Amino acid sequence: MGVLARVEGEGALHIKIKDHRVSDVKLQIYEPPRFFEALLRGRSFQEAPDITARICGICPVAYQMSACNAMEDAAGVRVAGPLRDLRRLLYCGEWIESHALHVYMLHAPDFLGYEDSIQLARDHGEIVKRGLRLKKIGNEILALLGGREIHPVNVRVGGFYKIPAKAEFHTLAEKLKWARDAALETVRWVAKLPFPQFERDYEFVALRHPHEYPLNEGRIISNKGLDIAVRDYDQHFTEEHVAHSNALHSVLNARGPYFVGPLARYSLNFDRLSPLAQEAAREVNLGPVCRNPFQSIVVRSVEMLYACDEALRIIDEFEMPEKPAVDLEPRVGTGYACTEAPRGILYHRYRLDAHGIILDSKIVPPTSQNQKTIEEDLREFVPPRMAMPHTELERQCEQAVRNYDPCISCATHFLKLRIERT
Amino acid sequence: MTRTVSGCLIIGIGNTLRGDDGVGLCVVRQLVTRLPAGVSVLESNGEAAALLEAWTGATCVLLVDALESGAEPGTIRRIDATAGPLLLKSFRGSSHSLGIGEAVELGRALNQLPPQLVVYGIEGCNFEQGAGLSGAVAASAAKVVEEIFGEIHA
Repeated sequence: MGVLARVEGEGALHIKIKDHRVSDVKLQIYEPPRFFEALLRGRSFQEAPDITARICGICPVAYQMSACNAMEDAAGVRVAGPLRDLRRLLYCGEWIESHALHVYMLHAPDFLGYEDSIQLARDHGEIVKRGLRLKKIGNEILALLGGREIHPVNVRVGGFYKIPAKAEFHTLAEKLKWARDAALETVRWVAKLPFPQFERDYEFVALRHPHEYPLNEGRIISNKGLDIAVRDYDQHFTEEHVAHSNALHSVLNARGPYFVGPLARYSLNFDRLSPLAQEAAREVNLGPVCRNPFQSIVVRSVEMLYACDEALRIIDEFEMPEKPAVDLEPRVGTGYACTEAPRGILYHRYRLDAHGIILDSKIVPPTSQNQKTIEEDLREFVPPRMAMPHTELERQCEQAVRNYDPCISCATHFLKLRIERT
Repeated sequence: MTRTVSGCLIIGIGNTLRGDDGVGLCVVRQLVTRLPAGVSVLESNGEAAALLEAWTGATCVLLVDALESGAEPGTIRRIDATAGPLLLKSFRGSSHSLGIGEAVELGRALNQLPPQLVVYGIEGCNFEQGAGLSGAVAASAAKVVEEIFGEIHA
């Protein structure tokens, strides 16, 4: 899927070099979901999870969760108890699946000097198979709870259509135990990869919850003083049009570019990770805050381990809910939600009429929120590497962009580098 | 998918919200009502790991996807993917994941290719946002449906 997850054709990176210095960096890897915002107009609130799930082929659950939470917010209803836990479980499935794909198939080859995952598979078949099996187990959580792996159909506003039988969860738990061990092996494996020395003083933005590592709920906070309710998002963040392009850059009104995703979540919520995940991070000398975006591969692996651990905890404590969904009545108003997609915070806002028909919507995906920060990384990353052969520079820039796991980077070589020297 | 498939599996790949990129799905939707025993269909967004999982256990797999190779719109290509290393880069696969070319080569590297693997590509010309196939592509989709129908009954 990913209809609008990238510009049609390729991603473009345009670097201007003037008098041997980098004078400008323009990155175009993302197209805003205006098509979907238009598609949603006039539809029932109940259709939002299904429609928005098609925005992203690798994270449909994230869109469904943000859509459901926003509609429930509009209706003044909260989904609590076992249904809330099942939503966390579903989200854990997506994190496992998405992070496994990224770590093994997209990012690790960069660090090991492989052209792509195929070459990695030729030399290290067993490692790649481990990654694929991890991804498959994430998919199985989605299939069990979501009803279908690519586009979960069992999710609805208020909860689910059908809850699986307890026995099915236990079958899944056995596989998750293997996955948890494999995730720990992954942390140990990636921690040994060669990381460029690269750190910046980012403004990390993520959800923060009183006692959970954030998935569906929390306030939006940063490491530089932001602490707001989700419904105040539009007062603090703006999508700016970039001159001479159709790109939108999301900025914090107060301070400009910001950083969402695993590094941000981890650095703001280390204390909320399970003991096992914290222990793994310590074992590989990853501190509670990480500012090197290349080490995102380690952080993603720690999150994958957490997701396996959390999934097992939820299954272990699971009680069958009375009903598969909470009833709700639509009403006039606006609903807001922000959930933690694998790539970072995903904000949805919907304005509804008295019958629950969508009048307008706003969707801000994590990739668009990182665009400006990725550009600034490249502005610092490129100058010491300016003398490199073009293809090599292109590859290294791709690796740097892939730190953010943007939708487009699922294509192995997605970046077209254009250098203008004057 | 968590079900185990044996026999023949036809996988339509694409995205119906991107014009001709939906042709693979269109083909399998036309086949789904005419399947003999032992043959099943699947719709996929082309993501490599999912394809490898999907065809585990199948003896014969047919993939159908849109092509973007500069050929005349509606051009049909049938490729035996087990014949040897094959660059399937002109397949659209997915705008959002490792394309089916990568899926096939990954399968080859891991010894996870089905005994028979055939790829049908139909050249598209419009991949803009919006639903619907262009005329030539829709016509070729119908031809491919008949070809595959003939193939699975052979």
